Amino acid sequence: MAQVHLRDVVKKYGAIQVVHGIDLEIQDNEFVVLVGPSGCGKSTTLRMIAGLEDISGGEITIGDRVVNDLPPRHRNISMVFQNYALYPHMTVRENLGFSLKIAKRPQDEIDRAVDEAAGILSLAEYLDRKPGELSGGQRQRVAMGRAIVRHPEVFLFDEPLSNLDAKLRTQMRTEIKKLHQKVKSTIVYVTHDQVEAMTLADRIVIMRDGHIEQVGTPLDVFESPANTFVATFIGSPPMNLLRGRITGDTISLTDGPLISLPPQFASNVADGQDVILGFRADNLMPVGHAMPMEGAYAEFKMTVNLSEPLGTETLLFGALAGKEVQAKMLNPRPLQNGEQLQFQLDLTRCHLFDAQTEQSLR
Amino acid sequence: MSRFRPPVWFVLLLPAIIILAAVVLIPLILSFYSSFTPYKLTRPDTLYKWIGTFNYEKAIKSTHFWAAFGRTVLLLTIALNLEMLMGLGLALLVNKVTYGQRALRTIMMFPMMFSPVLVGFQFKFIFNDNVGLVNNALQSLGLTDKAIPWLVDGQLAFIAILTAEMWSATSVFAILILAGLFAVPRDPIEAAKVDGCTPWQSFRHITLPYIMPFIYIALAIRSLDVARAYDIVQIMTNGGPARRTELLWTLIGRTGYIDAKMGYANAMGYISIFLAIFFTVYFFRKLNAARSELGMAG
Ligand SMILES: Nc1ncnc2c1ncn2[C@@H]1O[C@H](COP(=O)(O)OP(=O)(O)O)[C@@H](O)[C@H]1O
Ligand SMILES: [Mg+2]
Repeated sequence: MAQVHLRDVVKKYGAIQVVHGIDLEIQDNEFVVLVGPSGCGKSTTLRMIAGLEDISGGEITIGDRVVNDLPPRHRNISMVFQNYALYPHMTVRENLGFSLKIAKRPQDEIDRAVDEAAGILSLAEYLDRKPGELSGGQRQRVAMGRAIVRHPEVFLFDEPLSNLDAKLRTQMRTEIKKLHQKVKSTIVYVTHDQVEAMTLADRIVIMRDGHIEQVGTPLDVFESPANTFVATFIGSPPMNLLRGRITGDTISLTDGPLISLPPQFASNVADGQDVILGFRADNLMPVGHAMPMEGAYAEFKMTVNLSEPLGTETLLFGALAGKEVQAKMLNPRPLQNGEQLQFQLDLTRCHLFDAQTEQSLR
Repeated sequence: MSRFRPPVWFVLLLPAIIILAAVVLIPLILSFYSSFTPYKLTRPDTLYKWIGTFNYEKAIKSTHFWAAFGRTVLLLTIALNLEMLMGLGLALLVNKVTYGQRALRTIMMFPMMFSPVLVGFQFKFIFNDNVGLVNNALQSLGLTDKAIPWLVDGQLAFIAILTAEMWSATSVFAILILAGLFAVPRDPIEAAKVDGCTPWQSFRHITLPYIMPFIYIALAIRSLDVARAYDIVQIMTNGGPARRTELLWTLIGRTGYIDAKMGYANAMGYISIFLAIFFTVYFFRKLNAARSELGMAG
């Protein structure tokens, strides 16, 4: 049983503060992904959980122990590093069994654990090679194997897939997900890749500049982003954001058309308030090339400057209110660049943010 | 018709070849040749008398030669091991220092800048039985009231020489091992910490394999130095008293210049070179093994 709790955790390097009082409760067996742009303090947070960095303030508990002053070896954790961090002078077998050897476990137990891990990760035929004789993907698997042989309470992953090519990354992503189902334990996983975060996580923690911006299930953060940062960070293509002002029951987009106020926000805004309207490409489609819209929608003309056929759908780049806006089209048909189409915007799926605070107005 | 035209690369290399031949090759050949003659500095004509391997046989049968040989190997073994351990300790300490490390590193180099002759004089003074620092200190502390004959007693003199050698060369190990410590990647050390290693275990299982190549390089360099040890011993004890601290090269030096038996001295010299070669080859093999262990061999 290992919950991980972070309470007001702070990290300073000298005078520079890089993690600003993070609160986070991770449940037993939960797969939590820390995601955010590079430099936002994900690794630092993870390394504080591991005990590789001192904690400048606050409290971290693993299970029911406060671990602030425990060295990594007493925290019962495993970590997978971005650069694998294998021991170059040991064979794969020795790498896998190292932690058990250090723990002075009997040799037959070590052999059994190593064989089991090698089986799970298909490493059996490489056991007698050294890390230098393995491919990137194989090294990655050894690093994961080294983490699982000990059956730790908590797994920590720091961007474990970022050194792999795209195909391998997708493959390993699935492997990690399967692994979590097989070896039940708590996982804290760091990545800057929102796709990885969405596909792996039970819950996503979105970080920026040493702060947590939002915590929620992948669907939560996708469907109801707490602010414009989360809105643009999660989801591909990023959410369209247009500035405007509330006038009566419409939004007057800056240098753009009037759009009726999405009904779900009607009671949350004041007349004259500056807002940011957000919507995803999936909710802006040309008339006649979309599923018919139910509920409230807005309609306006927009010039399409570029189209990218993606197979089942086509991504359209248009200009609205002086900004580039992405839309989608089903039923692909050849388009002329510069062609003007009538678009429908699904208002029920729109988001509204305050222009000053950039927080959601929901 | 056509005259021989040497290739351009040869012409360009010619000055270097000529200088190397003059400086290295000719003295080498001359000294090697002279080891087969009864050449005495005082009688130049003896250089032209060929006596075959007589000098070599004489050296191999000489107990003085083998005593010096054994003493050199002993000094080499003890000095290298102690210097290695102390250098390692020093490097680990300096590596921990964050503030003022550059200054420390510079200070650590000082002994290397001292000429061995100067080191010899320093320690000759330090170990002097009447006015030396060691005896004065021991007497002031009341540990002894005698004047300990540091440079006269065979074993004490050996210790005194060993101390001087270590003072002047521990920093060779420290500097090279420190370079090795700087090159140890952070990741595997952190992985080891997470894998449950105590600081000592991380050092033993991860750091040490990484710095072994550096240790072997230092050992190779220093084994050459000690196998050729001369200056410090020459100044401190002159191989004496009564040959009690005689090393190979003080013996050879005395035979060549005091006794003027150049041919014989050269023969002993050529036998002694094998000692240096043996240790160098040995440590380089160890070095390559340690490197391939880390997957660095190429
Ligand atoms: N040892 C350090 N000394 C000073 N600043 C550091 C150190 N390590 C990281 N930082 C800073 O802390 C911030 C967060 O770093 P990190 O946690 O590695 O980011 P992420 O993993 O999210 O990319 C960065 O701005 C980085 O420059
Ligand atoms: Mg990072």
